[in-house]
Amino acid sequence: MSLRAVRHALIVSMFVGASLLGPASAVRATPATDANSFIIKDFHFSPMSLTVPAGATVLWKNLDGEPHTVVSIEGLFRSGGLDQNDSFTFKFDKPGTYRFVCSIHPQMLGTITVK
Amino acid sequence: MSSEFTTDQTRRGALKCLAFGGAGTLFVLSGGVLAPVNLALGAARDGQAAKAGIPLFVQISDSHIGFKADANPDVAGTVKQTIDLVNAMPEKPAFIMHTGDITHLSKAEEFDQAQQLLSGLKVTELHTVPGEHDVIDGPGAEYFKRFGKPSGNRGYYSFDHEGVHFVALINVMNFKANGLGALGDEQLRWLEADLKARSASTPIVVFAHMPLWTIYEPWGWGTGDADQAMSFLRRFGSVTVLNGHIHQIVQKVEGNITFHTARSMAYPQPTAGNGPGPGPLKVPGELLPKMLGVTSVTIAQAAGAPSLADTPLA
Repeated sequence: MSLRAVRHALIVSMFVGASLLGPASAVRATPATDANSFIIKDFHFSPMSLTVPAGATVLWKNLDGEPHTVVSIEGLFRSGGLDQNDSFTFKFDKPGTYRFVCSIHPQMLGTITVK
Repeated sequence: MSSEFTTDQTRRGALKCLAFGGAGTLFVLSGGVLAPVNLALGAARDGQAAKAGIPLFVQISDSHIGFKADANPDVAGTVKQTIDLVNAMPEKPAFIMHTGDITHLSKAEEFDQAQQLLSGLKVTELHTVPGEHDVIDGPGAEYFKRFGKPSGNRGYYSFDHEGVHFVALINVMNFKANGLGALGDEQLRWLEADLKARSASTPIVVFAHMPLWTIYEPWGWGTGDADQAMSFLRRFGSVTVLNGHIHQIVQKVEGNITFHTARSMAYPQPTAGNGPGPGPLKVPGELLPKMLGVTSVTIAQAAGAPSLADTPLA
């Protein structure tokens, strides 16, 4: 794991930790926020991994001039082609670890952990 | 033109007939060695050049219909220019081969527009292989609906013309995690059987969208199991492998196998490893036509081996 990813994981766990102290609303749909978003830039998902509460809607936005897709390795979701500035969202209801790739450039990998 | 090449006058004379417009580099296959030669354009259209070859086919590639970004806001326009260039060839080739990325996002309306533009070609026989941009819609439904027939919807097929055996392969489905293209076992078994019956003296031309040799692995510019395909091809005396995907000319010769990638009709891409990724390259407007173009392949009557000529739009 890169330093950046470790740092990100720490920030995410702090965020998740804080949210657990709040009202028990984890099962309600949470709109996509910056904390629940990936950007796709320079042929990378950024961040590479994200931890979100169950019920969160995660957003991917492609900033590259080249189209990308977001395809679940486990077969849970598939975005279709995202042109520049197109985005895709998916709502994660069940806790677990979900991996995804760009089906056009499968060296692009990302992970979502739903708690 | 990035570099100058010298050649003897006899060869230059014999090649004039291959130049059909624009400035470009001509590639001559001679005894399996691909020699780049500077085109003498002025002399090409004077009608004096000997008729040294049969125009076999023209390769067009990477039209990316639907692309609208800065690198080329008028892709339909440059595709139209390419078609005009092909239509203006003094001798009509027998067919056109589109080596994929016909569309940018596999959308039905993009395929509609591409087919409408390509119907402007005076050469009516059009062969295709899909690029990864043509099969974004899951199993590649739109591409196969329109171009699936010759391959029985498998994406790979072969045919013969003027004594040359042509093989069209698909390497843009079932990517492996390294990002390289893949042919897959089923297609490789088919290829082995398809080539088995041919004599080693049959010239072979192989088409696929992604390069069938590794040009730059970090950008997925290669095909993971291409070595197996090459093991079936090595026994042939003349093999020409034509790819698209990287929007620029890169070539390699290995034994009797010549590898060549074509320019795009839509936009250029950076050279391998130059920048963060293989995205569209924005160049000054006046440079764009020089970085787009087509590849024509001719059989020289004397030699019997195909010659390649790359022609930019301007």
